[in-house]
Amino acid sequence: MSAALLIDIILWGSVAAVGFIAFQRGPKVLKASLREGSMDFINIVPRIALGVIGSGYIAAVIPQEVITGWLGPNSGWVGVLAAVIAGAATPGGPVIGFSIGAVALKAGGGPPQVIAYVVAWALFAFQRLLLWEIPFMPARFVWFRAAVSIPFPFLAAAIAMAIGRP
Amino acid sequence: MITIGVLVAVSATLVWRRDGMKGVLEILAHDLTLFGGILPRVLAGCLLGAFIAEILPHEKVSRALGPNSGVKGLLIGAAFGAILPGGPFTAYPVASALLAVGADFGATIAMVVSWTLIGYGRAVAWELPIMGTDFTLWRIAISLPLPVLAGALGRFVYVRMYPKDEVE
Repeated sequence: MSAALLIDIILWGSVAAVGFIAFQRGPKVLKASLREGSMDFINIVPRIALGVIGSGYIAAVIPQEVITGWLGPNSGWVGVLAAVIAGAATPGGPVIGFSIGAVALKAGGGPPQVIAYVVAWALFAFQRLLLWEIPFMPARFVWFRAAVSIPFPFLAAAIAMAIGRP
Repeated sequence: MITIGVLVAVSATLVWRRDGMKGVLEILAHDLTLFGGILPRVLAGCLLGAFIAEILPHEKVSRALGPNSGVKGLLIGAAFGAILPGGPFTAYPVASALLAVGADFGATIAMVVSWTLIGYGRAVAWELPIMGTDFTLWRIAISLPLPVLAGALGRFVYVRMYPKDEVE
């Protein structure tokens, strides 16, 4: 069984579980949340359509070599800073983000730089912020969260430098 | 929305100039497939968010995850983010629902950051196969303290930026 299928099963299982709890609270609660959820879905689909269908183009025009070039070995804190900027600038989904990380690691990138890259990408890749987080969440929260997250790739790199590779 | 639209249009034009119509269509076909695959999960995420917003008692949430919930609230948020199934299509609607029913920015930040750094969904599906087990486990171990720290920093900054919201 593939990981994606397993995740789908857990996902819909959770929906069924909370749906059942809502049903137990009475049909009115169930109906209200079904309507609410469907409205959210209808509102969000056009935004996601633009994002997902457009993201391939954004990824295609940003060359991956430029990003991996910044994560060079022995680049120290300058390399970490470059990694954080690269992580934020990396377009596309998890395949692209992790592939660039894997390439950088194989090409001799320092583990602290690569970890800073992966953590920065996870925390505030601009494309995910714009395409996923902003449509679903209040914009004020999104910018606030991204700003508060800025120190953490550096902290992760510092921890990585302190404890070393396994 | 407009920014993204412009960005996409400019990128598509660049691809078209570089690779011609064939390149444009190839990417379009790939992204359409991706979109079709994601759509049901987006629906699941929206329903999950709506149900959670409806069934969670507001007073309990604001006590457990509100501005005065302390480190415990941040830990609950982080744990919740780590076990939450699905991708961005679940995490953000659910986070939005939590905000709506009384969680504060700090606990919600802990949740979102935990989902993105520790959540097993992305790690199992993408990071393990691409980055390898050693790197993934090492990265997750290093990331463990970050969600609570991010939530604490968020809460610390929030009450100073928006002192009016600090009630109760």
